[in-house]
This record gives sequence, structure tokens and C-alpha cells, in this order.
Amino acid sequence: MADTGLLEALLRLLEKVDGGIDSQDVAADLGVDHQLIVGAVKSLQALGEVISAEQKSSKRWELTGEGREIAEQGSHEARVFNAIPDEGLPQNELMKMPSGKVGFSKAMSNKWIRLDKAHEGGPRVFKTVETIEDTVRDKLQLVQKGLSAKLEDKEKNELKKRKLLSEVTVKSYWITKGSSFSTTITKQETELTPEMIASGSWKEKKFKPYNFEAMGVAADCGHLHPLMKVRTQFRQIFLEMGFTEMPTNNFIESSFWNFDSLFQPQQHPARDQHDTFFISDPALAHEFPQDYLERVKQVHSEGGYGSQGYKYDWKIEEAQKNLLRTHTTAVSARMLYKLAQQVNTHTHRLMLVSPLFSSDLTLLCGIIFQEKFTPVKYFSIDRVFRNETLDATHLAEFHQIEGVVADYGLTLGNLMGILHQFFTKLGITKLRFKPAYNPYTEPSMEVFSYHEGLKKWVEVGNSGVFRPEMLLPMGLPEGVSVIAWGLSLERPTMIKYGINNIRELVGHKVNLQMVYDSPICRLDS
Amino acid sequence: MPTVSVKRDLLFEALGQKYTDEEFDELCFEFGLELDEITSEKEILIREQGGEKAEGASDVVLYKIDVPANRYDLLCLEGLVRGLQVFKEKLEAPRYKRVSPADGGEPQRLVITEETASVRPHAVAAVLRNITFTQERYESFIELQEKLHQNICRKRTLVAIGTHDLDTISGPFTYTAKPPGEIRFKPLSQSREYTAAELMSLYKTDSHLRHYLHIIENEPLYPIIYDSNGIVLSMPPIINGDHSKISLNTKNIFIECTATDLTKAKITLDMVVTMFSVYCDEPFTVEEAEVVYPDGRLSVYPELAYRTETLSGDFINKRVGINESAESIAQLLTRMCLRSEVSGEGDLIQVEIPPTRADVIHACDIMEDAAIAYGFNNIVRSTPRTYTVANQCSEEDIADKLRKNITETRAVHISNPKTADFQVARTSLLPGLLKTIAANRKMPLPLKLFEISDVVLKDETKDVGARNNRRLCAVYYNKSPGFEVIHGLLDRVMQLLDVKPGRNQGYHIQAAEDSTFFPGRCAEIFSCGKSIGHLGVLHPDVISRFELTMPCSAIDIDIEPFL
Repeated sequence: MADTGLLEALLRLLEKVDGGIDSQDVAADLGVDHQLIVGAVKSLQALGEVISAEQKSSKRWELTGEGREIAEQGSHEARVFNAIPDEGLPQNELMKMPSGKVGFSKAMSNKWIRLDKAHEGGPRVFKTVETIEDTVRDKLQLVQKGLSAKLEDKEKNELKKRKLLSEVTVKSYWITKGSSFSTTITKQETELTPEMIASGSWKEKKFKPYNFEAMGVAADCGHLHPLMKVRTQFRQIFLEMGFTEMPTNNFIESSFWNFDSLFQPQQHPARDQHDTFFISDPALAHEFPQDYLERVKQVHSEGGYGSQGYKYDWKIEEAQKNLLRTHTTAVSARMLYKLAQQVNTHTHRLMLVSPLFSSDLTLLCGIIFQEKFTPVKYFSIDRVFRNETLDATHLAEFHQIEGVVADYGLTLGNLMGILHQFFTKLGITKLRFKPAYNPYTEPSMEVFSYHEGLKKWVEVGNSGVFRPEMLLPMGLPEGVSVIAWGLSLERPTMIKYGINNIRELVGHKVNLQMVYDSPICRLDS
Repeated sequence: MPTVSVKRDLLFEALGQKYTDEEFDELCFEFGLELDEITSEKEILIREQGGEKAEGASDVVLYKIDVPANRYDLLCLEGLVRGLQVFKEKLEAPRYKRVSPADGGEPQRLVITEETASVRPHAVAAVLRNITFTQERYESFIELQEKLHQNICRKRTLVAIGTHDLDTISGPFTYTAKPPGEIRFKPLSQSREYTAAELMSLYKTDSHLRHYLHIIENEPLYPIIYDSNGIVLSMPPIINGDHSKISLNTKNIFIECTATDLTKAKITLDMVVTMFSVYCDEPFTVEEAEVVYPDGRLSVYPELAYRTETLSGDFINKRVGINESAESIAQLLTRMCLRSEVSGEGDLIQVEIPPTRADVIHACDIMEDAAIAYGFNNIVRSTPRTYTVANQCSEEDIADKLRKNITETRAVHISNPKTADFQVARTSLLPGLLKTIAANRKMPLPLKLFEISDVVLKDETKDVGARNNRRLCAVYYNKSPGFEVIHGLLDRVMQLLDVKPGRNQGYHIQAAEDSTFFPGRCAEIFSCGKSIGHLGVLHPDVISRFELTMPCSAIDIDIEPFL
């Protein structure tokens, strides 16, 4: 803040004038450097509407150092003329004068002096006129007095050429009174303080206005990865629909649970090295429910449960191979098997306690199955691994979202109905279904939704009814149907957050700025 | 999913109807196919090899159609057209018939010797009589064999097809196996004879055949088929002989399929003959051939077996969620090439599964076909009444893990890793976080990252010998190490988990040595007296190995005890 005295002096000057005042004039009036006035103007502006100041620039003629010397002492040619006595002066002596060289040639061309080269004792200079008029000095003195307007442009340019005048641009302010003009200074406060509140002084204070255009200070907070945000939303949807989360904490799975239990034949291409990551250590799984394994072997190699089977030589060695699970459906298979065991344990217990009813046992068991089987709705969202060709949208691992419902008498219409509800919660209402093939579901349906942006139907997931060849060997009651669907977590996340390259989303090449900046996830909007 | 490429105009001609691209796409969608791409040979060449190569190439419009992986009967134009025509009720599904030789003579015979047992023990055969090829039919015939080889035949490992001009060879044929040095013949598209051993090295550089060499390469005996004059028909699964090759003028075709899987061989043979018998003088008839096994057993092929399943209209209605009469369900199934009739007993339906529909192995497959013919999108969508209570992931299976000592664990190795970064399943989350920092060095300091996720550890007590372990890892990367920041994070995490500081029931840290950390700047974390992980300032060697330049502190703990 400039000195208050100066500010008030400026304000008093301004008070006297009608319109405005130029800061250059203020500087001249107050006899201070113009820069100080500029500082004062800025300080006053910061106080609000006391003054208003508009910057302007003007051009002005000014004497150079040499010009000022001439205005004081006369032009070089005049000084040369005045130095010559009536009897003349030797040329070499004249040339020793400070103005000698320039003054001599100018005085010669003005025909004020002459040179007698043949003079005895060397060349000698003589006056040719009695008196002279030093017009250069006169003109410069005019400029010095601020009367440069009296000179013609041609004259000024000639003096400029002689480096006696220069044209300078002057920046100044045109100062006028502001809406809250006053000749006394009140200092503005930046912030409200506890003291002001205590003393009530805030009532008299003026506060410096905020700059609402500026950004706020960045919040110091953590940021969740977009994938995790979307995952939370999907979990929420499943929980709202009454689904229970499956424990999916087993990335390493045996081929048996990943493929065989799902009635996926051992020669299926998905079981190839090109599609699946196999484990070299520990290479084999060593423990299976033996009687269930026998039933799986039978349904693959010979059929049964109303099926023709695949009629091939099923090998335990193939089923034992460990792998990185290719889908969470392996977990669903384990869960459904577990569910079937609950039904069967109960039946066995009943058989043990009531051997007398042997003739009615089949009937009785049927009733018990009906009663004991508990319908379930399961879901999971976790990593799966595929030996895929890596590109902008595919990595060797991704998150699979899976929903499974097991109950008596579920229909294909029910599957479509529940998919409709699920996708409605995601904000997707236009669905249609395409027949598809999947080794462990029949019927199988690809789910398409109408993309308003792309104006076409895009695939959003896969679904189906688990095959009886998968469910019956597990021991699930015959009338129980299991419907299921799946989709990836990455794709909806990439679409939601406008990410084109999956490497920016997943893995260590993740763009942290994107993580910092991405908004909360609301799937239905 | 196999993709079949057909000429659009030929397809429409065969269908007897022109469609717009959109209309045909819609028909595909309904039937479970996908019109994947509309292109031409020229476009494909331009895309794959550049404009120059494509000059003069055909610009006939091609439809690339994705076919479900189990529908081998749709892998060629003939099959697609037949399937769609029956679906649109413009054609009745043909009945395929196996016939004896017309002249009353002996059927062709293929004798299998016992030497084949060790390498490729099965073979089936059939004859197509009086067939008329055109350029298109011939190409389609070759293309179908290729599609079958790639799909049901599992790249010829399970089954290999050989087709021969029967008029150039004479039966009976012998399928045997011999040492490669003793096999000598002129193979397809070569000008001279080679031994089998020479062929194997010749085909090493063949872009197509080299993929099949591994199937027999290391076998002492190679499979080989001769005619009665010692002429080589084929050396399955690699190459046919040049002598018996078929051409546009071939009238009678001998088809053999050798296999390691007999079921698949029968299906493959059925597919070839059902698809192409349409061009025989007597359409849809196939002449039988006999196959004699080493033990003297004799089988007649092709099987062309029809099977009848009986199911109720109620079953279909209940599984699909519709309410149709048995008659209309029978009609729906007939449209899917499953000729069906109401038997008259209640709502029972007799469904005949033709040899082309090997994919139908259970009543549920029939149910799906009824649903497709009804139209998936015509089915009323209804909410199941299943009552359940939702639960988030239960804790019960976590409890037993408390007893496990994490230090006993070792890494799980991948046998076919994609890249060097992916040879083991990760056992720690720390490298991922450090790599993330390395990839984000332009971000303002400090960088504070965390991850809560699973790692995989070997564990003999599990059926698969490994288990997941849930861990929390966090790093603080700044101009100063910030141990106190990481320590503060531990305190806060423990506060949220309701674990108090303390030696016995609570948590505490004590100085430890760990090569990941800077000496004297590492502590082990104990909770309830049990070690759960470490925290500390990372060793400068670790920092520089991740191409980082600033000090960094980290915490890495097992959080399963707290779940």
C-alpha cells in the first residue's frame, strides 16, 4: 500500500476537478515520480469504488541528453562561431574544442564561417557574418517547455535524426471519481476475524471482495478407483434384489470345477492352452467329492439324466489340471453342489431313522426334497483370467459380474424378467435376446440393449438356464431350474467414464489424474 | 464362434427371396445367427494386403455369418439355406437315407489294421454317388471340410476328413500305420513323390499344414490309407494323395474320416454327406460303406441315425414360460428341423432328431429350439417369485484361515504365461503400487496409494493346493520418507477395525529386518500376538529398481483376521 499521505493528496486533487485527471499531471502537480502515482492509483483501486482509473497511453517528444545540453549551451555550430575571435582561429585549435568537429561542418554549411587554407602558419578559420541566430537551440527550448506542438513535423523529425529529440510513449491513468468517492482512506479487510466478531467492529469494516472466478483449494482427500466405484453400485443392485454374495476368493481352480462340473467337454476349445492359463505349480488338484466325480464322468462319457452325453473317454487327469479360473461360474458350481448336499444330507438322515417305511421311501424323499431345498439367489463380482489376445479393450484378466437364481419351476420368461429388472436398475430399459450357444446353459441367450448414442443394439451380457447334465449329477432335485447371467465390470466402467484404452483403467499404467478426477458412479443416469 | 462366409446373391437365390441387409440381420438375430460383416474379397484384400494386391479381385458382396459353435449343420451355404428355409416354413426338412450300391454290388470297404491303434484308431467312410459339382458347389464342399476341421475336429486332432474321386481308385481300402520312412507318395499339389519323413520337413514352412504336423510328428507309425493297388489315398491328418483328388468333374466321391474320437468322426461324416447329398442325382441319399475293425467287427456307415424323443407340451410350456397347445409346439419344433407330431396320448409330442442335429442331446435342447421358434422376444417377461434374503459375503470361511501362518506360503506358477510380467500369481500387492507410481511420476507429490485385494499363495490343505489371501498395501511417496504417515495409517486402520494398541489383545509394532526395507527402518506388525505384516521405509535398492527417485514408506498386511 502506497503512503497514505500521497493517496489523500491525489484524492484531494481529484476532488477539485470536474471530470478526471491524468496521472502524469498529478505527478507534475505533486512533484513526485509518476511511478509513485501509478502505485497510488492501484492501491486506491484495490479499495473498491473510490476511484476508477482507465489506463491510456500517449506519445510525447522529449529531449535527448545531447538535446538538453544544446538547449542549455547552444548548438555546436553556435558554440564554434562564438569561439572564433575577429582575427580568426587556427583550424587545428578549433578542432580541439568539444563541439569542434560537428560545429565546424554545420557552421560551414550555414556559411557562418570560412576556412583560409593558404594562411600563413597553417589553415585558419574566420567569421563571415557579424551575428547569428541559433534556431536549433530555440526549437529545443520550445520542446523543453512542452511546446513541441509549435514545431512542424518536418523540423521535429530533423532534430530526431540528429538524435536531439526522441518520441516516447507515456503510459498514464485517466483518473475519475468512483461511486464511493471520498477523500479519506478506509483500509479494506480481507477476512472476518474472531476479534471483529467479538468487538462488533465488522459492522464498520469494509471487506475486500472475493474473486469468485478463481478455483477453490483442492480438497485433501482419497480417491477410489472407478472400477471399485462401479463394483459397489453393482453389489448394491444385487443386494437390493435379494442376492447373496458368493465367496470368490479362489483364483486357482481345478479344471474339474471350472469345466467338467459345468458339463463342458474335455476337448472343448476353451480348455486349450490358447484360452486358459494353466498352473505348473501346484499343477494338479488332489481332492474331489468322489461320488460326484463319478457321476460327472458318467454324464460326460455315457450320458444319463435324460442325456445322450458326449460319448468320449473322460479322463481324471484332465479334470485335475489346475488353472486360473476362467469364470466365476466355477464358484457358482461349487455353491450349487454345496446346496445340493444340504438337500441330500437331510434325505440320508431320514433314511437312517426310518428304514421301516422303505416301500414309501421314494415318495417320502420326494416330499422331503420339496421341503428341504431352499431357493437361493447368488451373485459375485470378481477376477477371472483368460489367455486372450491383448488389445485396447482386452486384458488377460477382468472382473466378471454373475447372478444365479435356483428355484423350482423357473422359466425362460423368468430369466428375461429378472434381467429386465437388473438392467432397469442400471438405467437400461430396452432389451432384447438372441439365441446363442454355451456348453453349460440351454437355452442360452445373449442380452442386447439399445444404445441411444450409437443408435444400434449392443451386446451387454450373456445368460441362460443351466443344463440338467450340470445340475442333476450335483444332486439337485429334478424340478429345480437354475438361471444365470454374466457380464464384465470393465466394459460398463469404460463406457461410464469414457475410457478407450483398458490399460488406463486396469493395471499399473492407470492414469492417476483420471482416478482423482472421476465423478461418483450413478449407473442409472 | 465359427464364421461362415457366403456370397450374398447366391444365398438370396437359394433362399428364393431378396432381403435388405437390415432384414437379413433381423432374420439372423431371430434364428440365433449373427450377420457379423458385409464385405467382399476385394475389401478383405485391401484391408489385409493393401490396395495394389486387391486389383482385379472380386467385389461380389460377401456375408460373414457367425454360427453357434455346436451347429455344424450351418457351416456351409447349403446347410444355412436349408435351416432358414425350414425355419421360414418354405421347405420341409429333407429325410436323409443310407442306400446300398445301386448296381446291387458290394459296398465299398475300408479295412482297419491293428497298427493304427497306437496313433489314430478309428475310421468311418461313405460314398456320394452321381454328384454334380459347379464351381460354387465345389468351393463350398472344400470350405465345409475346412470349417469342420477347425471346429468339431479340433484342428484335425480328433477327426480328419479325406475326400477322393472314387473312379480313380479301387477298393477295398486299407487303413494302416507305417514308419514314416516306408511311406512314399505324391501328395496333393506337388509334382513328385516324397517319403512321409520328407513331407514333414517340407510342410514345416507351409502356412496351413504346419499347424497339423505335431499331431503325428513324434509317433513311430504314421496313419496311411491305400487302395487295393497300393495307391495312397491320404496320410491323415496331414494330406491327401494327388492321385485321387476331386475336381469339378468328379461324379463319385469316397469319403473317409479317421479319428481319435469315434463319436465325433461319425458326426463329421454325417455332416459332410447330409450337406452335399443334395447335389446327387438322387438327392439326400448316401451310399453305405463298410468298415472292418482289426478284431473282425464290421460296421456300416454313415450312421444317419434318427432318434425319437417323447416329451410333453407341458414340459416345454413350463420351462419356457409360455402356454401353447401340443400341436403348435410340434409345429414350432418342426420349423427347427426337428420333425414333431402329437402322439395322441395326452399332450405328448414325438420329436425326431435328425442326424444333422447332433447338438440335441437332452430334452432341454429341444425346449430351447421350441423357444427360438416361438421367438425369445415374444416370451412374456415375468419376475420369479423366489423369496430370498440378501447377504454380503459371509465371514465363516475366513475364520479357519486365522490359524494359518502366512510365512509358510510360496508362489503359484503359471505354465503358459502371456508375458514375463505374468509368470506367477502375485504374492504381494507392493510391486503393483510401485509400478503405478513409476507410471505416474508426473503427478504432484506426495503420492499416497493403497490397494486392498487378493494375492495367491500355495496351500496344501486346499483341494487345488492354493488359496487367495486378502491383503492391504499402502505406500507414501514424497521428498521425505514419511514413516509417521504410514504408521498413522496403520493406527487409523486399527482404530476403524476396533483393535486397540497393546501387546496382547491389541496390536503393536516391533523392529524387524526385512530385505525390502531400509535397515533399521522396518517394523513387524502384530495383532493379538500374531504377525500380520510389515511397515517401514523401502530400501533404496527397491526404490531404484522400480525406477523411482524419492524416499517411500509402505505398509503391507494380511487383513483376513479382521474380515
